[in-house]
Amino acid sequence: MKKTSLRAKILNAPYIVWAILFILAPMFMVVFYALTDRSGSFTLQNITALAVYKETFGRSIGYAAVATAVCLLIAYPLAYIMARSNASKQRTLMLLIMLPMWMNFLIRTYSWISILANTGIINSLLRALGLGPVQLINTPGAVILGMVYNYLPYMILPIYSIMCKLDYSLVEAAQDLGCSSRSVLRRVIFPLSLPGVVSGITMVFVPSVSTFYISQKLGGGKFLLVGDSIEMQFQTSYNYNLGASLSLALMVMILVCMVVMNRFADEDEGAIIL
Amino acid sequence: MKKLLSVLLVLSVFAGLFSLSGCGGNVAHIDAEKLIGNYDVEELRGTQMNFYTWGEYISDGSEGLPDVVADFERITGIKVNATTYASNEDLYAKLKAGGASYDVIVPSDYMIERMILEGLLQKPNFENIPNYRFISDEYLDLFFDPSNEYSIPYTGGMVGLIYNTTRVTEAPDSWSVLWDETYAGDMLTFNNPRDAFGIAQCLLGQSLNTTNPDDWYAAAEKLKEQKPLLQSYVMDEVFDKMEGGEAAIAPYYAGDYLAMAAVNPDLAFVYPKEGTNVFVDSMCIPVGAKNKAAAELFINYMCEPEVALANAEYLRYLCPNTAVLEDERYTLKGNPILYPTADFKTEYFHNLDQDTLDLMSKLWNEVKLA
Repeated sequence: MKKTSLRAKILNAPYIVWAILFILAPMFMVVFYALTDRSGSFTLQNITALAVYKETFGRSIGYAAVATAVCLLIAYPLAYIMARSNASKQRTLMLLIMLPMWMNFLIRTYSWISILANTGIINSLLRALGLGPVQLINTPGAVILGMVYNYLPYMILPIYSIMCKLDYSLVEAAQDLGCSSRSVLRRVIFPLSLPGVVSGITMVFVPSVSTFYISQKLGGGKFLLVGDSIEMQFQTSYNYNLGASLSLALMVMILVCMVVMNRFADEDEGAIIL
Repeated sequence: MKKLLSVLLVLSVFAGLFSLSGCGGNVAHIDAEKLIGNYDVEELRGTQMNFYTWGEYISDGSEGLPDVVADFERITGIKVNATTYASNEDLYAKLKAGGASYDVIVPSDYMIERMILEGLLQKPNFENIPNYRFISDEYLDLFFDPSNEYSIPYTGGMVGLIYNTTRVTEAPDSWSVLWDETYAGDMLTFNNPRDAFGIAQCLLGQSLNTTNPDDWYAAAEKLKEQKPLLQSYVMDEVFDKMEGGEAAIAPYYAGDYLAMAAVNPDLAFVYPKEGTNVFVDSMCIPVGAKNKAAAELFINYMCEPEVALANAEYLRYLCPNTAVLEDERYTLKGNPILYPTADFKTEYFHNLDQDTLDLMSKLWNEVKLA
């Protein structure tokens, strides 16, 4: 018994060192910078200065929430269809979902500029059809589209993997007992797939709320998200303390969102509220 | 069989890629005989140096120009590890954090001022850099290095207005065109507070380095007025947007305009009458450099007329090297855009104090919220 635990310790060691070096130490530094001033003495000034950024936070959360909802609406039926189709079709669909991820995220986002631009592919087509140019780029819609496009796979994959493991005999049992197909979805399939949905929501919401590249390129830089504000504190105004304080606030908010989400997942009845 | 075919397919794709990258045509070289200095230094052979610079900032063997760094390695036997940064602030963060050691860096004026102030730079031995004599007087005794002890100018540039002549029929002569409703939705500006504020400050007749909060508030009001008329705030995207005709007017650097005009001949350029921002990027040796002798040799090499010519041709920015400026082979010699004869006000960015920087970022946030 003792031997295995020692072995387990040794096997765990690299991960623990990794976690301390690259997760705990940076987190500690964020907290330290957020609560100190330039000379290193304790202050709450950086936290109170956040009041200026409340609209920025509000916008970031709003956009990320919409993007997450859209991802869920697209991903849920798709994941279900994938899980129910035959093996070769599943492989093909999976490849199609993964394929764009082999390309660099920045390049994929940049290419949306030439698709959505006023002289871009869509508007050139619309102009040829006499439907006139439509303002697509530099709008909130374009930013949300960028988020949905980039993070959709992170919603599909966890839901799909849960759906694959779903015991289909439960669905059949419900049908045998005269449950309508809508009720099967609502009372059997959805509650069973909830853990996948929760992890999908987390995996889409977190990167969406902290992004800055997508808003800069597709939003035309006309509005700042929290990620932009953090970048600016480090890059242009050298105010690492305020930057850390913004990051800390963002982390706390994400943490709160995750705790709330996990509560939903724990309660069976919670599923129906959604 | 299927597997074999797919392996063959992958191999042929790679072979294609390599053969593509192989056909660069005849590449020019810097010959050791054409250089003034002696670069065959026995004790430096086999050593290494770290060169940290801007992306695409040195002639790299494209466009039939020599690969300047590779030629330096061939002539001196010194291995150059070149890495790039995207902004002065990236460079500053790297140096400040320590850990990495660089032998030559190329910061801009205000950053050199900041770095000297914080003791991040060391003084090169100018006796080892005899080619320093080619640096034009215009680039000496500047505010960031008043007695020329730390920096050797590499390049410079000025911001002006780039516009598309098919859409802007009346040639603009003032920054105020960026507030003209005729071009609403067709204009771009810098997506970085210092440059964006700079334009408003020029227009308002303020100094670019004002520390008076009222000036900054006034400039922020000006930017808020401008925001609804803008298509977007951009940095490097300006190339695509101006070359492709997506936008009609944008402020950017003269050297970059020359690159854009090569793609889209409809583009024109003007220096607004209110004056503009000018910059100089200079080579420096940071504290903690491990191979200072190689760094000095490299800087001297970069000031060689032959080498500076290749870099000036490649970069299309202002060249501070008098030998290049007089060289008949220099295709941009006397170029009216790079070397304007008209007199207008130019101002460098200086290092701002922390309160002003904080105010600027707060106001920039307000502009973006407006």
